[in-house]
Amino acid sequence: MVVDMSEREVEADLIFHALADATRRDIVRLVLRSEQSVSGLARRYPMSFAAVHKHVAVLERAGLVAKRRHGREQLVRGRIETARRAYGVFEELEAVWRTRLDKFEEILSEADDAR
Amino acid sequence: MTVTDVRKDRDHMTMTMTAEFDSPIERVWEMWSNPRKLERWWGPPTYPATFTDHDLSVGGRVSYSMTGPEGDRTHGWWIVRAIDAPNHLEFEDGFADEFGHPEPDMPTMTMRVSLTERSNGGTTMIVETTFPSVEAMDQVIAMGMEEGMAAAMSQIDALLDEPARSS
Repeated sequence: MVVDMSEREVEADLIFHALADATRRDIVRLVLRSEQSVSGLARRYPMSFAAVHKHVAVLERAGLVAKRRHGREQLVRGRIETARRAYGVFEELEAVWRTRLDKFEEILSEADDAR
Repeated sequence: MTVTDVRKDRDHMTMTMTAEFDSPIERVWEMWSNPRKLERWWGPPTYPATFTDHDLSVGGRVSYSMTGPEGDRTHGWWIVRAIDAPNHLEFEDGFADEFGHPEPDMPTMTMRVSLTERSNGGTTMIVETTFPSVEAMDQVIAMGMEEGMAAAMSQIDALLDEPARSS
């Protein structure tokens, strides 16, 4: 699949901006685990319903969450596909292993010197 | 450079890393088989590891803990699935509670380590990490959002602070 680079940059920009706020990161973490109503979220934070609603809108624009209506409630769930792209579990794992292998080699060469 | 190849197969939830060392195979194997060597490289620099159990036989158990800069400790375990010294080691790697007991609700990863002798006397090591399911990967991401990725997030914060931008 060919994705226009500028489009991807815009998407990355939206994601990074969305995640640059501690409340929004917390919301993403919560709704990745279980669906939450906007009013339920509003009760968790010391801010108005409107302020929480605005945070959810920023996350929705970045594709990190999706909203659906259920009766009178608006329910928010995390979109793991976007979070996965943003957080890159493999990138994290690669970084862990590169650090390990640097040390691995250092210890091996120590033993070489000792011989 | 030690690492010669990294492959990420998102469809099969597997990452394969290849590294080459000048040392003979027995010495590279010892980095896994000797817990005193293993603990020197397994933990991240700020989270040194201590291995308490280290039974590298099929079904054998390995337990370790890592201590962070704030004195915080995390515990992990391996169960050995296959071993053929000095060429092959396969184990499950999981999270444990504060007493070192496996946490059944936490994701585990399958690790496959293969060592082969190179003609120049050196050793090629291939480390393959596989997540059991998309759900397990998602769980690692959700957990990372709380812990490991805080550092990455603060870097993003710093990046965003650079140019003055309005929201």
